Amino acid sequence: MNQKRKIRVLVAKPGLDGHDRGSRIIARAYRDAGFEVVYSGLHQTPEEVVQAAIQEDVDMIGLSSLAGAHMYLFPRVIELLQENGADDIVVCGGGIFPEEDIPKLKKIGIKEIFTPGTPLGAVVNWVEENVKPRDS
Amino acid sequence: MSIAEKIISGDIRSVARLIRDIDDNVPGAKEVLKDLYPSTGKAYVVGITGAPGVGKSTLVDQMVTHLRGAGKTVGVLAVDPTSPFSGGAILGDRVRMQRHSMDEGVFIRSMATRGYFGGITQSTRSAIDVLDAMGKDCIIVETVGVGQDEIDIVQSAHTTIIVLVPGMGDDIQALKAGILEIGDIFVINKDDREGADRTVNDIRLMIEMDEKRYKDGWKPPILTAQAVFDKGVKEILDEIEKHHKHLQSSAQIQSLRNYEKARNDLSEMIKDKIIHDVLDEIIQSGEFEKSLQLILKGEIDPYTACDTIVLKKLKPGNK
Repeated sequence: MNQKRKIRVLVAKPGLDGHDRGSRIIARAYRDAGFEVVYSGLHQTPEEVVQAAIQEDVDMIGLSSLAGAHMYLFPRVIELLQENGADDIVVCGGGIFPEEDIPKLKKIGIKEIFTPGTPLGAVVNWVEENVKPRDS
Repeated sequence: MSIAEKIISGDIRSVARLIRDIDDNVPGAKEVLKDLYPSTGKAYVVGITGAPGVGKSTLVDQMVTHLRGAGKTVGVLAVDPTSPFSGGAILGDRVRMQRHSMDEGVFIRSMATRGYFGGITQSTRSAIDVLDAMGKDCIIVETVGVGQDEIDIVQSAHTTIIVLVPGMGDDIQALKAGILEIGDIFVINKDDREGADRTVNDIRLMIEMDEKRYKDGWKPPILTAQAVFDKGVKEILDEIEKHHKHLQSSAQIQSLRNYEKARNDLSEMIKDKIIHDVLDEIIQSGEFEKSLQLILKGEIDPYTACDTIVLKKLKPGNK
């Protein structure tokens, strides 16, 4: 029945940001692409995000941010993944980011940043091309 | 250290990865489960089941808080449905439980049904063993939101809790067979809603008419609650404790339960293996597609095709 591994993704909203419509739409698009999406809800600390990612054994974390705190929250997630030996988990971000922040985020290890206007298909394709379910 | 040793010592990453391997049917996972089996059988397993939206996840979240307050470590397995079309799933039970994710005494795992229909899956059963072996005192299994007939949880849990809300169907629903027959404890959640008394009465009538089934001495209590406000949750845990004591009270009850559980586990495992291994082989050998074409051409009926394929597979000498 399950011939190959399924991609597991955590969709998380770190920080004090109540705008979750975008992350829900992304979660739905991932579901329709055949991924198992763990949706962890609003107002997560980076610590909670990383613990959830580890317990759920996901291949990727999608971080949503529309409230401007990404330069604190995103690096912290990367840092905690490294501390926990879980930096094999791919992290990408979606939401609203000033242009000059994007290269900085990529430099610290956020694999990709998606901004408003990105078609859902492109977000899904990126995962299919860049996230491989881990080997045993 | 072997994977099994790491799990027994409580290594979270190893536990998480093994559950994934079990879910993905990675062959090596079975070997680890074999090594873990001697370390299982210590945890108390509570099943929570009920229709979608009745408050199962919220209740689990509150129960975890109470159990942690009593110094118990907790494992949670929460099942959500897999899309029959894409094979994907949204696993959203964690939303209600996220406040426990920083607590090292709590391990929460979301699982998708992946085509199973009993409310839990074969991998859920194995995941219970994994959390048991890692040393969790209590394991709470939240089934997928169920309807009338998804009763697999009852074999895996020591105590099964059915969560209902007022106003879902009339008393005829309570007359029907199926899920309402498996509850050890009934919880009417959201009891501030209209019709809560009525629902309690319907369930009470159902239980009273079923005296014969409760001859071992446990008659399911009916509790009311508002899980979101933590109202009635302590009482639920008290009843679980009482039920636990009841199960321990006689050797007869215990051995019957052990027998039923072992029988169910083994038969489900055999079924699962046949589906995975035998069906896969049949499909890969081309036998399946060949018969399918014959059926479509009208040259053979599916009943005969099935008999032929299965007979050939199971008794190769018997052509």
